[in-house]
Amino acid sequence: MSEEQKQNGAGPAEGETKAEAAPEGAKAQVPPAKTEGAPQSGEAPQAPPQPAEAPQQPAAPQPGVEPKQTSGAAPQPAAETQTAAGASQPAAQQPAAAEKRPLTDEEKEARRQAALAARAAKLAAQGGAAAGAAAGAAAGGRAAARGAAAAGGEGSEEPPKPSPNQPKLDRAVQLLKELVAEDAVEEASLNPFNDDMPTLVIRGEHWPKAAETLRDHPEFGFRYLRNVAGVDHETHMEVVYHLLNMDSGDTYCVKVRTNRDNPSVPSVVSVWKTADWQEREIYDLLGIAFPGHPDLRRIMLPDDWVGHPLRKDYVPLDPEV
Amino acid sequence: MELDLANITLEERRELERNVILGTVEQLKGWVRSNSLWPLTFGLACCAIEMMAAGAPHYDLDRFGVMFRASPRQADVMIVSGTVTKKMAPLLRQLYEQMPEPKWVIAMGSCATAGGPYVRSYSVVKGVDQIVPVDVYIPGCPPNPAALIYGINKLQEKIRYEAKTGKRVTDG
Repeated sequence: MSEEQKQNGAGPAEGETKAEAAPEGAKAQVPPAKTEGAPQSGEAPQAPPQPAEAPQQPAAPQPGVEPKQTSGAAPQPAAETQTAAGASQPAAQQPAAAEKRPLTDEEKEARRQAALAARAAKLAAQGGAAAGAAAGAAAGGRAAARGAAAAGGEGSEEPPKPSPNQPKLDRAVQLLKELVAEDAVEEASLNPFNDDMPTLVIRGEHWPKAAETLRDHPEFGFRYLRNVAGVDHETHMEVVYHLLNMDSGDTYCVKVRTNRDNPSVPSVVSVWKTADWQEREIYDLLGIAFPGHPDLRRIMLPDDWVGHPLRKDYVPLDPEV
Repeated sequence: MELDLANITLEERRELERNVILGTVEQLKGWVRSNSLWPLTFGLACCAIEMMAAGAPHYDLDRFGVMFRASPRQADVMIVSGTVTKKMAPLLRQLYEQMPEPKWVIAMGSCATAGGPYVRSYSVVKGVDQIVPVDVYIPGCPPNPAALIYGINKLQEKIRYEAKTGKRVTDG
């Protein structure tokens, strides 16, 4: 095995599988010890299942180990379940409650070993993925790792369910198109990294009307503006609004894009009063203008500051640094 | 009461030697000033928490005659305890100028000393000594109250040394 692996150039994975084979062997020996230590009264009737078990278990992990070494992660969970089942068997064969109590230490030990083996298996799976990534250098590490992960979790893989937020998003897009403008919504998506939060990209020229709709329409009811943030994407600027409906608990994200040379997004202070200082901050640090703002001036930096420091092209003028 | 120093008894001479200390008025002033340093209550960041702890009963700055004053006009030490931003700098300078002479400045912590972790920031002054003259720098992020006490002791030493020798330890 190891020679094959050396030929394949999967050095680190080899080390890991070796290290991992050791605890598995140890684990295989533990359940018999458990059965030995357990019976205080009835050793004779339990003696037969114990040797029957003992050969099974070393046998079970070994076939598991071998394919593991050849093809990376996939067979490992199988080996894991086999041995786990083997470990659980003797416990099932000793149903007497009185015998269970003195067992606890051994049981703990067995569980610890099982956990160790599981951890080692996981490590080996990662190592296998890494080796795969190294082998398929041209394809790019991420894709290879993803492939390996997919291979590892083949059994449990299911097509992703449609998010419960999908209808909300569709309805929001539909409403905004009907009530604001046909081209009001530039993009609409769910953010999988944020509990599938519905995310709408709205055109700047329609933003004030869309904001009013989002606040006042009974199906939206976003009376609370949680946060306003500005982003410099280097290709364009973006203002991000997080809206909260305090009755339903719905949180939507609205983004408004603007060009970078002369960035400007209509102010929503008239819709949500709280946007006042938030927009001032964005103006201060990113230089996005908010036409319609009642008092657009710097809020954090000194009034005589030159430039907008959170823009990606800002050069801090500190000669001593 | 007259005292003829030429014709005193041995006992009187020894009594005098035990009880009369000679020095300059400057030395006397240095002694007095160094033992009643009144810092301005001026916290800027996390160092201020340590400064407060130093003033609280466990470390008890009152032992050294150090009592915080809430007005720059009653203070003679400014402990710059924290990050000085460029927006704060003019105010700090103004407070310093409102303090009566003689006055001293302690730069507490790495921010006040040299900008600290914010040295590459666009908004932080890289050391308060760019705005006001600093007498004692205390390293640490933040310095322990014991370190602040050590810094205050150093300032006391400095005041007494300058009063005694007439030399300036720093350009100040």
